[in-house]
Order: sequence, then C-alpha cells, then structure tokens
Amino acid sequence: MTALVARGLTKRYGDVDVVDRLDLRVERGELYGFLGPNGAGKTTTIRMALGLIFPSGGEVELLDRPVFGDGRSEALERTGAMIEEPASYRYLSGRRNLEVFARAGGGDVGRRLARIDAVLGLTGLSDAATKRVKAYSQGMRQRLGIAMALLGDPEILVLDEPTNGLDPAGMREIRQLLRRLADEGTTVFVSSHLLGEVEAMCDRVGVLSRGRLVAEGPPGALRGAAQRLLIEVDDVHRALVILSSVTGVEASLEGTAALRVRLGGSTAAEVNAALVSGGVAVSALVPERETLEDVFLALVEDDGVPG
Amino acid sequence: MYRVELTKAARRWRTWLVAGALGGIPALIVIAVKLSPPAQAGADAPPFLVQIVRNGLFAPLTGLAVIQPFFLPLAAGLFAGDAIAGEAQGGTLRYLLVRPVARTRLVLAKYAGAMTLLGLMLLWVVAVGTVFGAVVFGLGPLPTLSGTTLSTGAAFLRILGAAVYMFLAVSGIVAIGTFVSTLTDSGPGATVATVILGIASEILDNIPSLHVIHPYLPTHGWLAFTDLFRFPIAWGGLRGGLVVSLAYTAVFLAAAVLWFGRKDVAS
Repeated sequence: MTALVARGLTKRYGDVDVVDRLDLRVERGELYGFLGPNGAGKTTTIRMALGLIFPSGGEVELLDRPVFGDGRSEALERTGAMIEEPASYRYLSGRRNLEVFARAGGGDVGRRLARIDAVLGLTGLSDAATKRVKAYSQGMRQRLGIAMALLGDPEILVLDEPTNGLDPAGMREIRQLLRRLADEGTTVFVSSHLLGEVEAMCDRVGVLSRGRLVAEGPPGALRGAAQRLLIEVDDVHRALVILSSVTGVEASLEGTAALRVRLGGSTAAEVNAALVSGGVAVSALVPERETLEDVFLALVEDDGVPG
Repeated sequence: MYRVELTKAARRWRTWLVAGALGGIPALIVIAVKLSPPAQAGADAPPFLVQIVRNGLFAPLTGLAVIQPFFLPLAAGLFAGDAIAGEAQGGTLRYLLVRPVARTRLVLAKYAGAMTLLGLMLLWVVAVGTVFGAVVFGLGPLPTLSGTTLSTGAAFLRILGAAVYMFLAVSGIVAIGTFVSTLTDSGPGATVATVILGIASEILDNIPSLHVIHPYLPTHGWLAFTDLFRFPIAWGGLRGGLVVSLAYTAVFLAAAVLWFGRKDVAS
C-alpha cells in the first residue's frame, strides 16, 4: 500500500528535462516533505501526480492506481490537493466556493456537502464563511485552499507550498494541522522551499534539484549528510591525499594548518581513524554548526547547481 | 457539473448585466418609437420600426434583429470564450480537474452552460419585447413578408420559432468559442477572439465578391430567421443555416474535447 509512487518520471520541455527520471515512493500515513529551490521541478512533479500535466516518460501512481490510466478518478476522489496558489471564485463567498467544489465531479456529493462546516472550522474560517472571497486576506485564501483540499476527507493530501503568505502564527497552525492529520492516518505530501518548515513537521524529506532527487531521508539524517568538520593537522597535504580516498568525503584547504571536510555520509570517527592510521597527527577536530540553508545548498551543489 | 455551471452563472453580476443590456434593447426600441414616431423620423427608418406603432409584436422581432449582428457574438464570446480560459486564469481549472471533473465532461458542461445562457437571453429579449410592445402599442395580426397575414397567436409562435432558430444558429459560434477557450489561459483574450471571429464572419458575409464562401461562414444563416415570416415559409435558407451551424458545432466541439483532453494544464 503506497500513497504516491513515481518511476522514472520525466517531463521534458524543449531540450530541458524539468523532471528527470524521478523515482519517488511515499508510504501511506507518512508526512513527506518535498524540498527544493524554486524551479527544481516540484510543481511539475505534483501536477503530473495529479494528472494535470502529461509526463514525457515514466509513470506515476496515486493510491496504488496509475494516474494516466484506469482508476484515476477513484484515486483523485480520495485525494485533496492544493497546487501553487489557492484559487477560488472571487465573486462567491467562502462557503459557496466549497459548495461549488463539493458538487463538482463524481463521488459522494452529499458527504462533501456535509463536511463543509467541519473543514471551515478546521481551517479557522467559520466566521468569514459568508464573506466574498474578494474581501479575503491572502492568509484567509490560503486557509480556504486547504479547506477545499480537505473537503473530500482525503486519504492523501498533496500540498504545494501550503504556508505561503501566512504569518508565523498561521504557518505554525497549518503545520500543526498537517501533523495532526498525519497522526490520524492521512498521508501528507507537502512541498516547500523552506527547510525549517519541512524539518519541523515531516517524517521524511526528499530533496529535489534540477528535476532529480538528490537526497532523501528523515530530516535529521539529511542534516548529517552534509555535515562539515574543521580539522587541524600537522601535514595538510598528506591529509588531503588520505581523505581523497575516503568515500563521500570532500576536503579543502582552510589556511595553512587546517582542512574543512564535508562528511557526505562518513562519520567524524572514520575520518579521524583514516588520518591517524595514515600517520597524520590530528590536533583538533571540530564539527561545524551549519544552518539548514548550508545543508540545503550543499545538497543542491552536489548536483552541479552553482550556488 | 452543468448544474454547478448554472448556479455559478446565476450568482455572477456579469450574467445579469448581459441580461439587463439585452433586455434593455427591445424596451429601448419601444420607448424610442413611442416618444418619436417613425413618421417624424423620416423615410430612412428601418421597415420593422415603422410597423411597431401599428403592432407591438414588431418589438420582439426588432429586438432579435438588432441584437443579432453584434450582441449575439458578444454574448457568445462572454459565455463560451471565457468558459475554460476564465477558469484557467482564475486558477480554479486545476482544482476542478483534480476534484476530479473529467475533461470531456468539463468541456461539454461548459458548452451546454453557455448555450443555456444564450437561450435564456434570447427568450428574455422576446419576453421583454412582447410585454413592452403589448403595453405600449397593443398586439395584433402580423403581416408576412409575402403579403399574407398571421393571426396574433400564430405570429407569436413564429417569433418564438425565430428565437429558437437563432439559438440553434448561434451554436456554431459558441462551439468555436469553447474551442478557443481551451487554447489560452486568458479569459478576456478568448472572449475577444471569439467576438472577433463572429464579427469577421459577418463582415466577410457582406463582401459580395466573396460570395463563394458565404454559405460556409458560421454566421451566414443568422438572418434567415426572417424567412419564417414568409408565406409559405422559405425553408431553404433556414435549413442551410442549421446545417452549417451544426457542422461547426460538431467539428469545434470535437476539437475542443480532443485538444483539452491532451493538454498540459499548467495554469
């Protein structure tokens, strides 16, 4: 039972592979963070997963059904989505908008209509329900978008940058809501370009760069993958040679007596052991505290994006 | 989806604005003729207008004739051209499709919605014209273009028939508008393009040297509704108009369904 699977998923525009042979697997009940800088292909991936954009290659499955094949409707009926900005009919009130989307399409219309009050409450819009969307603030529109996504009591929520335009309190509220839904069994697939946001709530994170998945794992492990050390040694040149043979490690000269080392999967202990057994005296080995932005840039640089 | 379309339209100011404008035309004609009878307006007054004074039934007829060249393409553009492109522009298209509303169904519901609105507008023009005409000038038997006379009831039925004919005749342009609407993500762009196509067709229809293509223009048959007021009814023009219109409907609806079915929705 998987929630979202991509196999070799590719979208080509002209000569550019916006999404490039992407493999992705999201289990049911997971809160998965889909991270990447703007232009990495997050939205294109999400649009293909929802059947809006036709892939140039590969396949994508939603709730175990091929999105471009039979069963797409059943899968989409049990999916809630917000793609880029929320959108609604500006000339209708929040409640009327929900009614339009409850009545449109197949599935259980009555159940969707009956859920309107509940989703308005969940997103904190009950008091603004009769106001025209024209008069909504951006934060309220964002909430309405999430309310629309929740309308069908979905098994999977696919949300593209859901906290855009919200103030910090609103962002936290949405994060808590998504966490709660995931804890109750809903799969949540959420894209973001904000590391802090993803780290704070996700079970697992995938990092997308230039249409490819460059890293995946729990947020903590992700941080470790790009961790750096500052090492002071007696012979920096010899140390450089030794470290070049340790897998994943990248070392660069930092002054005359120190190296900056990116671990890339190895541990500090392994690096230390390699140096000592190679006859290099290590006088100091200091893990560098990195901001998440550093981690992120390091991962993205791996893929050759100048940064 | 079709019902959803109609409820949306009913809650939209634009719909009522168009209805107000179209209904205003026969009303305005009646009031204008009452205030300034054509006898004073001179001999250059159109033939229908001269007759209104004698028979209020000419008001709905004049109303239909007046909205036909410009307001009908305009309404087709507003209702059909904007149908899908407007949703794309507002961003709601992607949310309808992931609800999911099947793409074919969306196109057909949009077309049916636009046609329904146009049909209601035509009936509205007839209703306003008849009521204003009756109140101000009274109703009576209607002379046909062939010199015979139709009883009041029969004449009213013919006028309804004319509205039905115009409804069917405009279906081709509405289908073209629906197709145009799948091509772009700009609502106003698709509206204007549809209006221009309709008016361009009418202009070409009036260039005598292009008479070879005239029968194939989507708007060519529009004026044939006057043939309903001959004795006997001249079916030839009416039939031709319907066939051309239905052909345009079939071709462009199919094109809209096929194109939209394979389109990357990136709006």
